[in-house]
Amino acid sequence: MPANLRPWIVPALLAGLVIFLLVGSLRSALFAQQTVSGLANGGIYASLGVALVLIYRATQVINFAQGAIATFTTYVAWQFMQWGLGYWGAFVITLCVAFAGGIAIQLVAIRPVERRGNVLTVVIASIGVLIAVEGAVGWIWGPEIRFMPSAFPVRTYHVGGVAFSLQDLGTIGVSIASVVVLWALFQFTKLGLAMRAAALRPNAARLVGVRVSWMLSFGWGLAAVLGAIAGMMAAASPSVLLQPNMMDGVLIYAFAAAVLGGLESPLGAVIGGLAIGAMLNLLSSYVSWVTPQLLLPAAFVVMLTVLLVKPSGLFGRTRVHRV
Amino acid sequence: MKRRWFELGLIAAAALVVAVMPFLLSNYNRSQGATVAVYLIAILGLNIVTGYTGQISIGHGAFMAIGGYTTAILTHNHGWNDVATLPIALAIGFGAGVIVGLPALRFHGAYLALLTFALALAVPQLAKNYSHFTGGTEGLALPTHTGLWLYGLAWATATVVFVLTWVLLRGRTGRAFRAVRDSEIAAASSGIGLALHKTLAFGVSAAFASVAGSIYVLINNFVNPDVFGLTLSLYILIGAVVGGLGSLWGVVVGAAFVQLLPIGLTSSNAVSSEAVPVVFGAIVIVVMALLPQGSAVILGGIAGLPNRFRRSHSSYPPPRMEAR
Repeated sequence: MPANLRPWIVPALLAGLVIFLLVGSLRSALFAQQTVSGLANGGIYASLGVALVLIYRATQVINFAQGAIATFTTYVAWQFMQWGLGYWGAFVITLCVAFAGGIAIQLVAIRPVERRGNVLTVVIASIGVLIAVEGAVGWIWGPEIRFMPSAFPVRTYHVGGVAFSLQDLGTIGVSIASVVVLWALFQFTKLGLAMRAAALRPNAARLVGVRVSWMLSFGWGLAAVLGAIAGMMAAASPSVLLQPNMMDGVLIYAFAAAVLGGLESPLGAVIGGLAIGAMLNLLSSYVSWVTPQLLLPAAFVVMLTVLLVKPSGLFGRTRVHRV
Repeated sequence: MKRRWFELGLIAAAALVVAVMPFLLSNYNRSQGATVAVYLIAILGLNIVTGYTGQISIGHGAFMAIGGYTTAILTHNHGWNDVATLPIALAIGFGAGVIVGLPALRFHGAYLALLTFALALAVPQLAKNYSHFTGGTEGLALPTHTGLWLYGLAWATATVVFVLTWVLLRGRTGRAFRAVRDSEIAAASSGIGLALHKTLAFGVSAAFASVAGSIYVLINNFVNPDVFGLTLSLYILIGAVVGGLGSLWGVVVGAAFVQLLPIGLTSSNAVSSEAVPVVFGAIVIVVMALLPQGSAVILGGIAGLPNRFRRSHSSYPPPRMEAR
């Protein structure tokens, strides 16, 4: 049945969603506010979702440690700020730490098991990383909830009776900017070309001189950087806060975003993340029985529905298996 | 013939250790020993669906939560005898497994891993939300039992489940499961109903996990959503893989690994208790790098000792997981 879906379905669905959000926002100030703060959450899901897609495309492995790594790097940023660094200084240093950390984890934990070619072994290794890294956060910084400063001043802009918080707008901006930079890296640099080649045709890439295994490590580094950005944005939001397991829930929304986008498409993960962020926020503010506890199960239902109705998501390729 | 006797001897020795153990332990350690049996039951269940039928599940903690809450709600709210709730937990777990198994028919590898991972996080949230049944985050208290009683109940159930699993897997159904795991296309072409066997595997697997959850709750004599957090699901999966997928005896090793290793690390004072997860995670990574097929390889070597000089013997083919 999924293969028979018409090609115009996806653009039509997206256009419908955009029109729904726009019309609602124009008619009600509250709706507009909730949409924007939902999109801000969505930006966070999108960054983490793109990180997952990056690794999945290259190695067909879901990185379950993505959330834990993001949490760790967020604590690193917090620590630098405690030592007196300004926000953006700490931000840049943290991105460097995340890049190095991502590569290190790939080298130490993932590469030795990847050679054996068993998907489940790699999944368990990534779960080992998840336990170790989350444990390290608790060990170094303790279980207390910390206060993570925000990159943006607490200020609201009023446009036609609607209050937009600078925090929300900034989160959307940073997430989108980071994904655009990543896209430019892949599209316009020689390194990006080599990474795409290594992901799509490893053997052919090796023949023309691309160092495939290094490109994979690089991919993990970039994914960790995206995760760090998502983590720093998430920790500043009042619904998440800086605590050792803060990314567990965010990771599920990122999964849902990636699945909605087709699991192989970075653009799909971005659109999926924004859509899920906005819809969940609207759902919890307009449907009275949807409590915050029900949002995770709702994300599960979204994933399940997407996989049942259109397993290739919005932008994924439909794979045909040869018997 | 020699091999059969050797195996029977090993089983007898293991049974003797399990039977004598509680009389040498303190009350606290007895309940730790009972928890090993809980992991054993849950990992047996997971091994049926992941090791023998080839369907990844990261969410077996969710089924344990279903069983645990069944027991807690029936005893706490309806005054049932707690042991009498175990068959109910088994039945409800089977139903839940079939419900999850039905959509899982269409997914493979990574997608199923994602979905079951989300399930493991979503179910405790449901328990938090519907607090008038489940007691919410404050939880429900259950009657307390002595360590000896818990140890006996847990290991008796584990033995029954182990034998049931062995009977299920050695016959026609077990062969069908393995055929589905090794090649779905080949299995379907030889007349094995894929849908039937996959949902059956999920159902049985979830039923066992559910019973494990019930006993887990009895051991803790308390339940709240945090009891069935993500860590529990992850530990069950780690136990199954470290023990060796597709190996029944490996399950015992896996259960001991996930329950006793963290306790051993804590009590040995080699590492501070906050650092235990770090060391545990690191050990998991090292084991996967050195021994990707789990302890089954070593166990197979030991069981094959008497045959060593007669012929090379390898009855433990590594399970193959499809990438998608």
